Amino acid sequence: MTARERIAGNVAGYVDDRTGAAKWMKKNLTKVFPDHWSFLLGEICLYSFVILLLSGTFLTFWFDPSMREVVYEGSYEPLQGLEMSAAYASTLDISFEVRGGLLMRQIHHWAALIFMVGIVVHLMRVYFTGAFRKPREFNWIIGVGLLTLGIVEGFLGYSLPDDLLSGTGIRIAEAIMQAIPVVGSYLSFFAFGGGFPGVAFIPRIYVVHVLILPAIFLALITVHLMLVWYQKHTQFPGPGRTEKNVVGYPLMPVYMAKAGGFFFIVFGVTAFLGAVASINPLWLYGPYTPGQISAGSQPDWYMGWLDGLVRMAPPIETVTFGYTISWNILIPGLILPGIMFTALALYPFIESWANGDKREHHLLDRPRNAPTRTAIGAMALTFTLVTLLNGGNDIIATTFDLTINQMMWFSRIGVIVLPPLAYVITKRLCLSLQRADRDLVLHGRETGRLVRMPNGEFTEIHEPISAEKAWLLTSHEQLAPLELPEHDGGGVRRPGAIKNKIRNRISRSMATAVPKATQTERQELEGHH
Amino acid sequence: MKRLSRLRRHRATGPILLFFALFTIGTTFQVASAVDAEQTTTIAARSAAIDEGREIFLKGCSSCHGLNAEGGEIAPSLIGVGAASVDFQVATGRMPMGDMSMQAMRKTPVYNAEEVYALAMYVASLAPGPEIPTEEMLNYERDGSTAEGGELFRTNCAMCHNFAGQGGALTQGKYAPTVMGVTPRHIYEAMITGPQSMPVFSDKTITPEEKLSMIKWIKAAEAEPQLGGAALGRVGPVTEGLLVWTLGIGLLIGVAVWLAAKAR
Amino acid sequence: MSNEIELIKDPGLPAHVHRRADTDPKAAARAERQVATLFILSALGTVLLVYSYLFVDEDIFFFIPVLGNTNAHQLGLGMGMAIALFCIGAGLIHWAKTLMPDEEVIAQRHEFKSEDEDREDFVKTVKAGAAAAGLGRRPLIKRTLGAALGLSAISPVLLLGDLGPLPGNQLKTTSWKKGTRLVTDPGDRPLRPEDLEVGAVAQTLPAIAPGEHRSLNDIAKDAVLLIRLRPEEFNLDAERLSWTYEGIIAFSKICSHMGCAVALYEQQTKHLLCPCHQSTFDVTRAAKVIFGPSARPLPQLPITIDAEGYLVAQAPFNEPVGPSFWGRST
Repeated sequence: MTARERIAGNVAGYVDDRTGAAKWMKKNLTKVFPDHWSFLLGEICLYSFVILLLSGTFLTFWFDPSMREVVYEGSYEPLQGLEMSAAYASTLDISFEVRGGLLMRQIHHWAALIFMVGIVVHLMRVYFTGAFRKPREFNWIIGVGLLTLGIVEGFLGYSLPDDLLSGTGIRIAEAIMQAIPVVGSYLSFFAFGGGFPGVAFIPRIYVVHVLILPAIFLALITVHLMLVWYQKHTQFPGPGRTEKNVVGYPLMPVYMAKAGGFFFIVFGVTAFLGAVASINPLWLYGPYTPGQISAGSQPDWYMGWLDGLVRMAPPIETVTFGYTISWNILIPGLILPGIMFTALALYPFIESWANGDKREHHLLDRPRNAPTRTAIGAMALTFTLVTLLNGGNDIIATTFDLTINQMMWFSRIGVIVLPPLAYVITKRLCLSLQRADRDLVLHGRETGRLVRMPNGEFTEIHEPISAEKAWLLTSHEQLAPLELPEHDGGGVRRPGAIKNKIRNRISRSMATAVPKATQTERQELEGHH
Repeated sequence: MKRLSRLRRHRATGPILLFFALFTIGTTFQVASAVDAEQTTTIAARSAAIDEGREIFLKGCSSCHGLNAEGGEIAPSLIGVGAASVDFQVATGRMPMGDMSMQAMRKTPVYNAEEVYALAMYVASLAPGPEIPTEEMLNYERDGSTAEGGELFRTNCAMCHNFAGQGGALTQGKYAPTVMGVTPRHIYEAMITGPQSMPVFSDKTITPEEKLSMIKWIKAAEAEPQLGGAALGRVGPVTEGLLVWTLGIGLLIGVAVWLAAKAR
Repeated sequence: MSNEIELIKDPGLPAHVHRRADTDPKAAARAERQVATLFILSALGTVLLVYSYLFVDEDIFFFIPVLGNTNAHQLGLGMGMAIALFCIGAGLIHWAKTLMPDEEVIAQRHEFKSEDEDREDFVKTVKAGAAAAGLGRRPLIKRTLGAALGLSAISPVLLLGDLGPLPGNQLKTTSWKKGTRLVTDPGDRPLRPEDLEVGAVAQTLPAIAPGEHRSLNDIAKDAVLLIRLRPEEFNLDAERLSWTYEGIIAFSKICSHMGCAVALYEQQTKHLLCPCHQSTFDVTRAAKVIFGPSARPLPQLPITIDAEGYLVAQAPFNEPVGPSFWGRST
């Protein structure tokens, strides 16, 4: 035993005497993680969060979250002598007076954008592969919670410097608050400590942004990761992979090196963006005052769909007995997003209710093998894309020689017409892909080599696919539709008949599939050749 | 010779030659189309200029603006618009209008400095109107304040032209163009004449000194390099989001695919 | 021919394919050198960062294609950090991919569900504990506990009571009163009708006494846009026409939709456009909404001139300015 090994042994013994750590360390250091690039998307979010904590802490050493008015005396000439809030002035100082300050501000903001992009692509991966099914429903709900909180945290973060663009965003948030029936104006006055903009808002959201929400994030992310750890990660179907095993690499050393390395990659890419691409140049926006506005004012991308919804809303407001309800604000700003995020959070339960599948799943679905789910996902993405584009309609209009009026009407109609169209097209695409898979299994790969038979006939040589590929293309399950009874034994209609009828219909639609190729069919075909 | 044939057949030759060809065409075009924006006005004999101007007007403008500049179905009257309007519209190439689209765009001017001056004198002779500002009136370096100009710009201009003067959308396909690369004289004239959709900014609402401050700020913004890196158009979060969804996640997914792929 | 359909079977994990570095020591050495190079590159990145931080002047700009005029200090710091971090990551990943074992390992999953016995024991334990607490048998305790906990929840909510004042009348009043002069923003100069030409706009605020300071809260309600048209261009009823003066009309600049500043005036169409959500208002018809999500026109400020010929308000706004709220019309 070398000296190093002896010392390490002593340290480990010391810790184990007090914690019993050796047993679970041994078990966890050999834990197996499946390896697929799409399993790294969640890690993009995790590492971005760490980068946000680190860069954000740096910024707090110089940022002054106060709205008291100061006169700018820093080095940026076009703002010298102007009155502005201390929050804005301190952000200018971070950008111009602190070495590395602008870089850290940019890294922090780019990391926030990447964090949200990561969440969305990770959500898409989890959704389209059905990884949210039992036993992972809780993790899905936590994920939707992280998405929602991420949007809020980002909004609060870029509002802290109190510049013209983000101040406008706060004005709009305040208008949504104010529009809430009965309590709206009270909520607004409580949040802002009086009328808009007041002097209390920035200091208050500062605490939410640097303490309360990060703490909630840490807790949620910890539970999210612990569940993944304990339940073990899902894996794609393939040779040797079953519902009862995990095939991959051990935590130490492979996974630690790859995942640890990926942290540095994410940090490096974020730093690269911070080095070469300017983001949030708020010295050009100017300090916030309600009397100013810029053309082309948008929130950060993850709120662009909200902006797009508000822009396309029809101008409906009702006044009954003197009381005003602004449907044109409440529906796009609160009601519709509320419904959407609730439906998103409850989706695992909705799906298992619809197809009656209450079993555990650890093997992922290839999206083509779950056509209804994939098509619904395509619908949601289409809706989000239309609303997101409408959020930037004025900039898109000037860039592509369109009019904002055209964009608005395209969005109003498109947001209703395009998602169902996307559903139909996607479902058909999935079924086509299933058919292509079936053909591949039964007939093999078309090699493109033509052979002329002695009788003059031309045929193309098909190369049979490997056993591994054949298994991959046929190992999926095809659920039978539910056939819940609507009448009891005596022919009398049951009380819950309508629910059962709906479930039957939906599960029948979800069960639409091209039948899998079987070994029997293959053998029959071989007999023919 | 053998070396040359070998080089000709190299697989990188095609792309390299293409690059040089495009580069040459691009820079030649740039140089050839550079317009000398600053025009010096000389005080010519006014009546000679007015006569010359009337000639040019009859030939190039009267078909839309009427034989006596009284206007018509498709073009407004020019009586009272002043020399400043003519200088702005014609010297920036907006007039003559190329096609009957929603608004006149800045393009290569048809008339040279002398012809523009003549036209301006002719139209000014029809009725009193805003005059072309003199060099003395445009000394923004001396008489303007950058910081005040920025505040004025953000209060009066940014809602159409964007916080950095990059331009913005109006209704029905109209747009407020970028104010970058515009001469101080033309900026001043635009403010006092209110071309097309732009309102008029009278000297009592924005004083001449304030106008010079705004010009000073615009020129400072134009010359200011973007401190944090590529400016991405200076239009805000839209292009930032586009970058993160293309380059940002593209790089990261690229690395992820490399990470999970089996090494050879 | 059997009637049963035979499904395709799982062929099991494919045979392991060795990497070059597994079998060829030269390839392994090359991989090791590649990893080392990446780590050295990272170190160079850190050197670039340190050098830029300490020695590169912050005023140096130089031209880079695509990026434009770039600040050397910023670029040095940023690229130094990026290279330093990225190359550590790339080195670690390359090391794992080429040199660390890549034989796939199979681990078994275990069922999460506890044994039935454990579940029954759990239920028994909870039931016994609940019985021991005796809540079921002692309704007085249960009810008073409920009341105490419920009431105690009131305190934290109540303690937040001073977060803000009650709105009162604040959302319904502005600083504009009869006789308040309109002054330019910025500049605070009072305006006469002849200061505005036809087609001109002016950003205005209510005049304040000398020495008084305007707060952003005031501006958020008081900002007014003055526009001059020809009087015959108006399409207003008699009352609204009487609120204009010689073709000059005044509107609240605070959008009736969600409060952005509406000052984008299209001189030829006489439309006002709010850049936030593209609500479009027709000035000739008292800022009636003709496009976009706003449900109400902009409030019009009645104006006239005072004895010295300066533009003043005739009266306060006849309705609350800014976005809607529940009690707006009461």
